[in-house]
Amino acid sequence: MEACGSSSVSLREFGCEQSLLSRPDGSASFTQGDTSVLAAVYGPAEVKVSKEIYDRATLEVLIQPKVGLPGVRERSQEQCVRETCEASLLLTLHPRSSLTLILQVIHDAGSLLSCCLNAACMALMDAGLPMSCLFCGVTCAIDTDGQIITDPTAAQEKESRALMTFAVDSKDRKVLMSLTKGSFSVHELQQCIAVSQKASEKIFQFYRDSVRRRYSKTL
Amino acid sequence: MKDTPLSNCERDFLLKAIEEKKRLDGRQTYDYRKMKITFGTDYGCCFVDLGKTRVMAQVSCELVAPKESRPNEGIMFFNIELSPMASPAFEPGRQSELSVKLNRQLERCLRNSKCIDTESLCVVSGEKVWQIRVDVHMLNHDGNLMDAASIAAITALCHFRRPDVGIQGDEVTVYSAEERDPIPLSIYHMPISVSFSFFQQGTYLLVDPCEREERVMDGLLMIAMNKHREICSIQSSGGIMLLKEQVMRCSKIASVKVSEITELISKALENDKKARKAGGRCGFAESMPQERITALKMDETPVEMTDVTDRASDIIQRAEAPPQTVPSPVVPVPGVGQVGQGLQNSWGLEEEDEEEEENDNSGEEQEEKVTKMEEEQHEKEESRGGDVVEISDSEEEEVVILHPETPDKTPKNTGPSSHQKRAAASKKRQKK
Repeated sequence: MEACGSSSVSLREFGCEQSLLSRPDGSASFTQGDTSVLAAVYGPAEVKVSKEIYDRATLEVLIQPKVGLPGVRERSQEQCVRETCEASLLLTLHPRSSLTLILQVIHDAGSLLSCCLNAACMALMDAGLPMSCLFCGVTCAIDTDGQIITDPTAAQEKESRALMTFAVDSKDRKVLMSLTKGSFSVHELQQCIAVSQKASEKIFQFYRDSVRRRYSKTL
Repeated sequence: MKDTPLSNCERDFLLKAIEEKKRLDGRQTYDYRKMKITFGTDYGCCFVDLGKTRVMAQVSCELVAPKESRPNEGIMFFNIELSPMASPAFEPGRQSELSVKLNRQLERCLRNSKCIDTESLCVVSGEKVWQIRVDVHMLNHDGNLMDAASIAAITALCHFRRPDVGIQGDEVTVYSAEERDPIPLSIYHMPISVSFSFFQQGTYLLVDPCEREERVMDGLLMIAMNKHREICSIQSSGGIMLLKEQVMRCSKIASVKVSEITELISKALENDKKARKAGGRCGFAESMPQERITALKMDETPVEMTDVTDRASDIIQRAEAPPQTVPSPVVPVPGVGQVGQGLQNSWGLEEEDEEEEENDNSGEEQEEKVTKMEEEQHEKEESRGGDVVEISDSEEEEVVILHPETPDKTPKNTGPSSHQKRAAASKKRQKK
């Protein structure tokens, strides 16, 4: 069954708060519906000799699950987030230093990885790290009828035939990272990418609004 | 990453301020910082803000087999995660001294004080009991992690609801929240830890030390107490000698603080209960401050999908079609797998004869392939045969010249079968 464009595609309400923690150099919490992630950034700081890279900063990403210790799932998500951040951060400006990004899952109600990516970007922005572009994460699900759902809830994720998460950059709306699950056709993939690019505009607008509010003089 | 060291100036300043009965944040000696308790979306999730210190606790449950020594008691498990988010000095995945100390104190405070009725967690004696797991995550370290952790843990336990179970014969059914209302844990009392820090060998005392104060303190006394003024655990660390009067005074202060905190917890729990009953949305997202300049919220937004289909098909049309022909592997006999695409071993000369025999037995398709290989080999032999240099002082006694005759200049486009015969023939000649 091919995916057909439906008009009832929407993003759940977002919320974001920046610099809510005092210890980290940058922190942000990002909520998408009920899904919520807290992100903190430390750095650029001293790096362990074993992890030192002579021409750029070492980026370390840690995802802490809510219950129990981080496992394989968290490791794979960490890698996705790290590769996205590495693509947008200008790491060469801080050689031989370390950047640590810690993501704490507050509540998982679907589209966790995209929420992690958004929280990470907001925290990096708050830390004032030089970046070539911003990025955001969008999760798309294709349900059994072939309808595309953006920003699915946990129940929608469970029922879906395919689940895709894309990281989109703010400059050219290019795909920085993609993680897919389930089966889909090439046409559906392209449609999902197109939808994500559309949805990313909304998220970037939200970033813009929140930064504008932050640096405004009045509420 | 290392923690930022405290300079001597800062240390001296702090100690001098404490001597003058002043604190950096303007508090009095026995004052707690501002405390805020919020709850997450699901049951058993609690956030505690103690000044800038921020802690999250999450309670979860699981059906497990009980311990052999206690077959009809549920299991309590506590885990304090010193996440590197709280402080750069905390390393991930390593049990530091501090984390062991905090874990032990929390266990003594909540498990050993028997504040939770573990017998009510038994489902089938000796077979199935509930294991209640409390995960405490430190999110921001600004001193007095223990008090914040103990408040968060006990509040989360009070807030938690475990699923109902039904037993029919040998079958145990766990009902989901939709089927039957989940059940709260039975909690007898609420032990709360209160920390006291001592300076100048116990001369000065402060309640609820912040991170800077913790760094210059000489000793720490943690008293866990409930609102009935029963001491649940007491721990002194840092190696200072305390007088009996000091301990007595601390316990008196603790009793006052504990009753205040207990009241705050009950109020928070009640507010949350009301909010949940009203059916409104509750949780972390709702508790996010709206009046802060750093926070922004946006309502549900639709995404335009008008030209998505066109765009996708456009991209697909413009993209080059993937190659239709897939290089299929040659399978000599059905059900045979091979590595290296059937390349022949060209190391030993004796083996080749055997392989040839094998090849004769196999199907035609493979023969063609093999002949190609042979052809290649033959060519190699030809090229090698031309310039064999005999080195007289070689250690090898027998020197085998691969192709002693003058290489025959047959054109390459001859049929593979005839070529193979020639190749075989040439090899036999070599043997001789």
